[in-house]
Amino acid sequence: MSTIIALIPVLPLVGFVVTLLLGKRLFGRQAHLLATALVTASCVLALIVFAQLFQHPEEPLEVSLFTWVTAGQFTVQWGYYVDSLTAVMLVVVGVIGMLVHYYSIGYMHGDEGYYRFFAYLNLFMFAMFVLILADNFLLLFLAWEGVGLCSYLLIAFWFRKKSASQAGKKAFLVNRVGDFGFTLGMFLIFVTTGTLQFTGVFGEAETIGSGTLAWICLLLFTGAVGKSAQFPLHVWLPDAMEGPTPVSALIHAATMVNAGVYMVARAYPLFIHSEASMLVVMIVGTFTAIYAAYIAITQNDIKKVIAYSTVSSLGFMFLALGAGAWVAGVFYLFVHGFFKGLLFLCSGSVIHAMGGEQDMRKMGGLRTRIPVTFWTMLIGAVALIGVFPLSGFWAKDEILGGAFLEGYYVVWVVGIITAFLTAVFAFRLMFLTFWGENRASEEVQAHVHESPLVMTLPLVALAIPSALLGALAGWPPEAGWIHTFLEPVFFDVHHEEFVWLGEGGALMVLSSVVVLLGVYLAYVLYLKRPELPARIAERSGPAYTASLNKLYMDQVYEVVPIRSTIYFAQALWRGFDEAVIDGAVNGLARLWAWAGAGLRPLQTGRLQNYALGIFVGMVVLVVVVRWF
Amino acid sequence: MTALEWWLALSIMLFCIGAFGVLARRNVILIVMSLELMLNAVNIALVAIANFRAGSPAAGLMFSLFIITIAAAEVAIGLAIVVANYRSRRTVQADSFSEMKG
Repeated sequence: MSTIIALIPVLPLVGFVVTLLLGKRLFGRQAHLLATALVTASCVLALIVFAQLFQHPEEPLEVSLFTWVTAGQFTVQWGYYVDSLTAVMLVVVGVIGMLVHYYSIGYMHGDEGYYRFFAYLNLFMFAMFVLILADNFLLLFLAWEGVGLCSYLLIAFWFRKKSASQAGKKAFLVNRVGDFGFTLGMFLIFVTTGTLQFTGVFGEAETIGSGTLAWICLLLFTGAVGKSAQFPLHVWLPDAMEGPTPVSALIHAATMVNAGVYMVARAYPLFIHSEASMLVVMIVGTFTAIYAAYIAITQNDIKKVIAYSTVSSLGFMFLALGAGAWVAGVFYLFVHGFFKGLLFLCSGSVIHAMGGEQDMRKMGGLRTRIPVTFWTMLIGAVALIGVFPLSGFWAKDEILGGAFLEGYYVVWVVGIITAFLTAVFAFRLMFLTFWGENRASEEVQAHVHESPLVMTLPLVALAIPSALLGALAGWPPEAGWIHTFLEPVFFDVHHEEFVWLGEGGALMVLSSVVVLLGVYLAYVLYLKRPELPARIAERSGPAYTASLNKLYMDQVYEVVPIRSTIYFAQALWRGFDEAVIDGAVNGLARLWAWAGAGLRPLQTGRLQNYALGIFVGMVVLVVVVRWF
Repeated sequence: MTALEWWLALSIMLFCIGAFGVLARRNVILIVMSLELMLNAVNIALVAIANFRAGSPAAGLMFSLFIITIAAAEVAIGLAIVVANYRSRRTVQADSFSEMKG
């Protein structure tokens, strides 16, 4: 078993090296062959490991490969730790990663960087696998940076496009802010406990003082806020949609952005002892959830809508973790990976069919033209908004129920509103894209076609878990398979029970009604009376423009940190660098030049002058030695 | 004055004549000759002191022999430079060696 675990990340790494170095020459147009084959193998191995854990969820597997860092007392192993939380992540990353690879064969067909794309995807798979397998904070951080690097490379994949390369830079820089917090958290952990090994750190969780522990948790959470695009570090994720759509599906919906949630869930033994930081996690998550949903309603770019939906969903997960509904949070992560990946791949298929068009105002009526995409996307959208009995329903209701049971009624209300907004924007997207008149130009319309099989099959393959996984893992509510499976990880979770069975049921019915109302609202606004939205937009004035402009967060960043940094840098450049440093260097040079000019007449070039110098010098020497 | 002092006086006189020659002459050959004078003044001083003061005269004599040998080599090199310089610029005046002037 340990060989299998060790092989999971190694295979994509081999694929990366070979494809990047030799891909173009060796495979040419078939550069995907090795990459997809190896990722498929990794996925199979991941499923084998999952099956092992499935049978014995209470027995974590540990693999120590080699000593990675040694410095005095400090050693770090390159080791893997597989428990049921890791196993859940392995399934998400392995399966979606594999399907996205297949999908990319069709989507990226004919791109000049074809081999490069698959090489990066493989590197990403390597880093992501290491991230979820790591058994210590430092290795996790290495992989954390690795996926960040791949994210940068893939967002800026079409680097000749200015907006793409800038979006890549933005993602990288914003993540630096979070990673800085993560690093500090790691330092603090090491200083406090003397180790970075998960088992060692978590074993001492109870002995750490509450102040220090809160700092550790909040600093780690800062890292998660950056990686998982939570307010206020969410700004990079919508821009990351500049990358190819399979990248958006794999990295920016299903796997990498979940790394923050995973890390907080992994550090569960730390967080449960720090109520203050749990509260912060919950507040940030709740706010992000509704904030992003509010922006998503007015966006016109099909991928931006889904991107903001992802931010909102990630907020939902943090809401769950912070409210103490740990299993529900991970459950949501589990199913969200599938249906959000599906939604992105479908949007890619739509964009593909529309010849690169991403603006939903220029789509419409695609229902019959691209039926496979339509049906799978419908499943994804219904799963996202959480309609019974699709996946999102079970996970979302456990989160809302958890918040309700813990007594966070405000959070629960915000969650319900978010669910309503989610229903509105998801079906606004569906109605604008697939129903009504086609608003594209004649030329584009003639070109509309269903994607090739290599793209539609992954859609179908993702639609199935999007539909069924929730019920399989989540039934019955609060006691489904996912609960028993994750119980060894979240060992200390106490359960508030519903006072009477009907209470839980009533909550479910309520949230379902709210969701259906949202769908109906979208139906009225975008299908039945399409002239209404413009009038509402006009009436609501600032509320509308604020949402359209993403609540001006980009502008805030522009003014506060970016401008001030530029001014500060300019002041340093002019005031310090040029005046002080350059001044000192040039001044020294001038001093020597001046001294040299003063001393130059001594070099007369006359032999006798020098001889006289020697003679006088000797006389002086003798006099000094003799008489002083 | 003792015998040693007489010898030393001779040595000092020769040395000063040599030093004067080195400083005052412009002809390089004369400068080299004056240098020899200075060296020999030192030799006289060494031999005299060795003879009158040291337990064994050998040390002073050894020094003198070394100085004579090295002076021979030095003169050979010095004259070679003078000849080379004479070939290139038709003069042996020391003032003409002024390429390194600052």
